[in-house]
Amino acid sequence: MTDALQTIIDAIALGSVYALVAMGIGLVFGVMRLVNFAHGELITAGAYALVLTNHLPLAVGLLVCFATVIGLALAMEVAYRPLRTSPPTTMLVTTFAVSFLLQAVALLAFGARGQNANVLEKLNTAVSIGDLRIRWVTLVSIALGAVLLAGMALFLRRTDIGLQMRAAAMDFRTAQLLGVRATKVIRFAFVLAGVLAACATVMLVVSRPLVTPSYGFQLVIPALVGVVVGGLDRLTSATLGGFAVGFAAAVLGDVLPADGRVFLDTALFLLVIVVLLVRPGGLFTRSRAAWERV
Amino acid sequence: MPDAMLEVRDLEIRYGGVPAVRGISLEVGKGEVVGLVGPNGAGKSSTLLAIMGMVAPHRGDVLLDGRTLVGRSTEAIVRGGVSLVPEGRRIFPELTVDENLRLGLQGRRSREGAEEDIEQAAALFPVIREARDRHAGVLSGGQQQQLAIARALVARPSVLLLDEPSLGLAPKVVDDVFTALAEIRERGVTILLVEQRAQFAVGFADRTHVLANGQFRLTLTPADAGDTDKMAAAYFGS
Repeated sequence: MTDALQTIIDAIALGSVYALVAMGIGLVFGVMRLVNFAHGELITAGAYALVLTNHLPLAVGLLVCFATVIGLALAMEVAYRPLRTSPPTTMLVTTFAVSFLLQAVALLAFGARGQNANVLEKLNTAVSIGDLRIRWVTLVSIALGAVLLAGMALFLRRTDIGLQMRAAAMDFRTAQLLGVRATKVIRFAFVLAGVLAACATVMLVVSRPLVTPSYGFQLVIPALVGVVVGGLDRLTSATLGGFAVGFAAAVLGDVLPADGRVFLDTALFLLVIVVLLVRPGGLFTRSRAAWERV
Repeated sequence: MPDAMLEVRDLEIRYGGVPAVRGISLEVGKGEVVGLVGPNGAGKSSTLLAIMGMVAPHRGDVLLDGRTLVGRSTEAIVRGGVSLVPEGRRIFPELTVDENLRLGLQGRRSREGAEEDIEQAAALFPVIREARDRHAGVLSGGQQQQLAIARALVARPSVLLLDEPSLGLAPKVVDDVFTALAEIRERGVTILLVEQRAQFAVGFADRTHVLANGQFRLTLTPADAGDTDKMAAAYFGS
């Protein structure tokens, strides 16, 4: 019983981090119909920023991390501008190219061996609650995830730019016809995606301090799968999908025997295939056409 | 005729080399209502999209108050005072009626008097006032059309373009829509009205151009509304 509860709490924490990543991908997809494969490199960039500022005070490190991630997100927005009227396949291939380009840059700059970013290490100590032993980072991840997701929902619902983003996600052409500024909403989506990615980065780096050039990429592939499983065309379903994949990955990691861990991805993708067979429109969508999904 | 508020000069539109509009010219004076009728595929909607900057003209010019709109972005054209009520209404069904109206405010240069304008638009269509917090998707077709017009109005346009406001509506509802349009005209808004059902446009507009195959065939006045031959021509574009 205690073991199960322990597993579930850890799974919720990982699910929260994946949900942040998935929501960032979903926000950009909403206003641009572009699946940004290079979203993972935002996380990689943030993680390297933490590596490079390791010797500096924590606040400086976090500031540099956020500035780097948001700056890179804004650069991506500019780079993707010519794609706005392109067919989806062109968009997809281009973001793939950007992802690999940035990974190659990281490889040249920092090498393949990986470097440690020892940030907020104290969060790795555990607290005992009854028989449960929970690391602080788990609790912080869950809390941060909940606050950010609720905050984002409130932001989209209550603010003027949030309303414009929702309208643009539903029908971009009509939003433009009403005077909504395309560049403004798209830029805002990238900034928000950057903020979410930076928060996810900090949480990830605490529990996995070894940063490699493919640090973010490895995470974004399952998160993207989650987004597709949940349903790409809606922010809520995409976010829930990200959460579900993170949750499932953590549970599988615990349930699989130690020598079976190498099959974690296999098991995860098997699960995904089953879900897509049963619910091709997405796990969290009301039965809808699946034509727009990746 | 008063000074032209909106002028289309020798407009030609092509889609992949195929002409959709073949050199039409029209003027809408300040406070005037001009109709544009014709069969499906005649080039009516294309003309409106070109005015809004959503389709680039192959040749010709579009002028608002003497200044060209060609090459300007849709966002800039809306802020410049041209609003389109698109074909099929294009309201946001998952947003509330109020949110739909607020999106219309994006087309304004300034927010001054925005609340009054929302109230005024809602007053024009009482249904909207009663359903402010409901999802726009639950409204009937006629109510959605009224919402689409109200949404365009809160941008405070000097020129209002309407693309088939009677589409899919029952005759009684069409009457309501045109009653509201008459009131909008009273307020001095310049209107370019596209209709497939010619009888509504010809009777309402100061003059109505019949468009077929991308060219003007004839121009009708409200007096022609009773002339069967001319109305048949308006329908079939011959």
